[in-house]
Amino acid sequence: MRIYISLIALTTIVIGLALFVFVGQEVTEPTQEGVQTTTLGNGMKVIVKENSRAPVVVTQVWYKVGGSYEHEGLTGVSHVLEHMMFKGTDEIPAGEFSEIIAAKGGRENAFTSKDYTAYFQRISTDHLELCLSLEADRMRNLLLNEDEFVKEIEVVKEERRLRTDDDPTALTYERFNAVAFTNNPYRQPIIGWMEDLENMDVEDMRNWYRTWYAPNNATLVVVGDVKAKDVFALAKKHFGPLKPSDIPQLKPRREVQQYGTQRVQIKVPAKVPFLVMGFKVPVLKTAEDAADTYALELLAGLLDGGNSSRFSKNLVRGSQVAASAGVSYSLYSLHDNLFTLSAIPADGVSSEEMEQALLAEITALLEQAPTEQEMSRVKAQVVASSVYEQDSNFYQAMKIGILETVGLGWRTADDYVERINAVTAEQVQQVVKKYLIKEYLTVAELVPQPTETSMSVSAEGMSHAH
Amino acid sequence: MRTSLVPVILLLMSLFAGNAVALPDIQAWTAEKGARVYFVQNMMLPMVDVRIVFDAAGARDGDKPGLAVLTNGLLAEGAAGKDAQQLAESFESVGAQLDNDSLRDMAYIGVRTLTEEQYMRAAINTLTDVLTRPDFPEDAFNRELARMKVALKASKQSPSDIASKAFYKAIYGDHPYASPTDGTEESLELITLDDIKAFYNRYYVANNAVIGIVGAVDRSKAEEIANTLVANLPSGERADPLPAVQEVISPNTVRIDFPSRQSHIYVGQPGMKRDDKDYFKLYVANHPFGGSGFASRLVQVVREDRGLAYSVHSYFSPMRELGPFTMGLQTKAEQTDEALSLIRTELNNYIKEGPDKDEFEASISNITGGFPLNFDSNSKLLGYLALIGFYDLPLDYLDTYVDKIRDIDLDDVREVLQRRLHPDSMVTVIVGNGNGVNQNDNQVSTAANE
Repeated sequence: MRIYISLIALTTIVIGLALFVFVGQEVTEPTQEGVQTTTLGNGMKVIVKENSRAPVVVTQVWYKVGGSYEHEGLTGVSHVLEHMMFKGTDEIPAGEFSEIIAAKGGRENAFTSKDYTAYFQRISTDHLELCLSLEADRMRNLLLNEDEFVKEIEVVKEERRLRTDDDPTALTYERFNAVAFTNNPYRQPIIGWMEDLENMDVEDMRNWYRTWYAPNNATLVVVGDVKAKDVFALAKKHFGPLKPSDIPQLKPRREVQQYGTQRVQIKVPAKVPFLVMGFKVPVLKTAEDAADTYALELLAGLLDGGNSSRFSKNLVRGSQVAASAGVSYSLYSLHDNLFTLSAIPADGVSSEEMEQALLAEITALLEQAPTEQEMSRVKAQVVASSVYEQDSNFYQAMKIGILETVGLGWRTADDYVERINAVTAEQVQQVVKKYLIKEYLTVAELVPQPTETSMSVSAEGMSHAH
Repeated sequence: MRTSLVPVILLLMSLFAGNAVALPDIQAWTAEKGARVYFVQNMMLPMVDVRIVFDAAGARDGDKPGLAVLTNGLLAEGAAGKDAQQLAESFESVGAQLDNDSLRDMAYIGVRTLTEEQYMRAAINTLTDVLTRPDFPEDAFNRELARMKVALKASKQSPSDIASKAFYKAIYGDHPYASPTDGTEESLELITLDDIKAFYNRYYVANNAVIGIVGAVDRSKAEEIANTLVANLPSGERADPLPAVQEVISPNTVRIDFPSRQSHIYVGQPGMKRDDKDYFKLYVANHPFGGSGFASRLVQVVREDRGLAYSVHSYFSPMRELGPFTMGLQTKAEQTDEALSLIRTELNNYIKEGPDKDEFEASISNITGGFPLNFDSNSKLLGYLALIGFYDLPLDYLDTYVDKIRDIDLDDVREVLQRRLHPDSMVTVIVGNGNGVNQNDNQVSTAANE
């Protein structure tokens, strides 16, 4: 429900290039993957993937804006605006967007991440045009009424309390990011600091909407039982008349040099300690050598790709220092990002021991190259996943939307299996040596504080009004 | 590995009552040893999903909560003489993904694999070992038990987990559904390896199993897979019927102090069975109230009109016996009483009056119009097959679904609400309860003293 996600962080350093590009309708040849694209006269990109397995369709409208576009004092504005996108236009009063889609059997929602904001519907193919007309309407005609804002900002604060403030793990990640990055915008939480939410007003919404919501800053992705040419015609009909805007060029905000390990403790009521360690690494968008990023991606698979991976084998089952341990890396983000190790220590294991054990796994890669068997296991998983992911229209549309929105282009996905297959054990060792070093490390530690609880049960009918 | 075999044949599909909605053609049979099989062929992607479901979940824990979860989790930790590492490598080196879980009614284990013959054979054979020849090694038992204890501890820092457990306990009393599937501090000290083996021997048997298969294999291959899986499984017997749940319970309110900014509030009662005679009516009846997302009355009143919560909902969780009816939200501590009194009033009014005509019609149209979205992928379809098999639903369950929804009228909904929901006999659970931000001291709530 009006979710925000931070699964994959993404971005483009220069966006303004597409400014006022008035190309005519030019349709690419269908590729192996069955993807077809066009660009409307106002600069809006339309991407369609035909898939006739079920009489349904996913539509997603992606905007190049998200948490990493924001500046301090205004954090969370992209996400609040995403909520406000359901609050009415002249044509469609507040709340009716959802009701109209629901009445046709559709499911709809939206999500905001670091590098994008997206709106989606899943619906029977017959109602595709309805979705497009509604999305086109709110792309340019949002009311942003003050009364609606005043209520909705309270909803977002409740969302922050639910997802972050009352969740020690999420809180740890939030402070971890804030310490890891000095000037890279990924230091800011997508949902925004509570202080910024408290001081946000409807004028902030209007400015943000005017700045970023325009057809030349958006991509329409449609996957399902449709014909691309029909979608292009409908897109032209509904989005075509919308005026483009002058979209600002993003400042680079490249992270400054880090001069040594950074540490933060999070002491909040909790029961179980938790450790996060992040090394600054490039991503596909920023890397001088793309091969480095695919090697990092493969490394993530070696350490944490399934129950046979090194973390499971050595930390959970072998030494049993971890109750669980994982790795995350976002190949497709807009700015430089983190290669993150995280773990819940086993009972009786200190955070210090946990940290040493995680670091030892990194060092071990240098001393002993990944085996042929490990490398081919990760590659087999990648190939298989490229088949499995086609089981979900939504996921396929997500991937296209992310790649387009960060400026890598949807075709990047076509290279993925091949690029991963090309990674050698030596390359993995090289990226470990190059990036996973203590000078680029940040460590966050959740230090549980007491959460004493007490319970009372009363029979109904007794007064418990305060 | 090849990914381009995809012969584009759409075998499924029979036309449905005037709508151009294609429904999957479910084939069902009984395999060797008595296991029931449900199969849908879908040749569009070169992959297959296989899942074996057992009536071997939390409801069978007896006096040792956590037993079912631990047994299920240990299957792949050692089998046929191979250790966890070897088993994991057997799956993952061919790109196969093991999937297992144990809930309250259902425990399952399964695999998603490519259909390329050598990969599929490796995946199915390893799954067969894990399912039929688990070794339950002692070191794995000790380790997984220790990890469960950590997970249990972690759940005690989550106000929603605390609230959910208290809610089940308050609704179900002595019924097996009351006990937490992830165990208790006490029960995890009591479970032994012998308990695990006995549980496995009793419940992981062919007569207690349902096999679901979806993907790019033909009928004879599906039969072969099913027979391979159960060949070494004893026939055994289906699990005994669960005790009935008492439908009308004594009302009570459970308040648990917790140092969270929000209070988590649950209100509810025993609701309905999966094969309930009122299943469709109750599903439709709840839909306009709290089951239709942003179109629902609860979201309108609590979130859109007042900004009191991010998430607010109501739903029936149909189970073998009466699963719960739950209404819930989270709101900042200071608003606890306001929010609780608001949703109680809304529920009382709704039970009394039912939905209005527009709400009712919008819900019928949403449920019927959105029906194809429920099985537009192999993974969703597999879930339906497991459900149909496990709960003994008719094979034409999907074919008749939309008609059954359309047969319901507004009077049915009003009648069933009054007959099945009992606002004066509901349980309320409140976790958080006004102690507010970051207060670590152990205050007893004001309400608890009244």
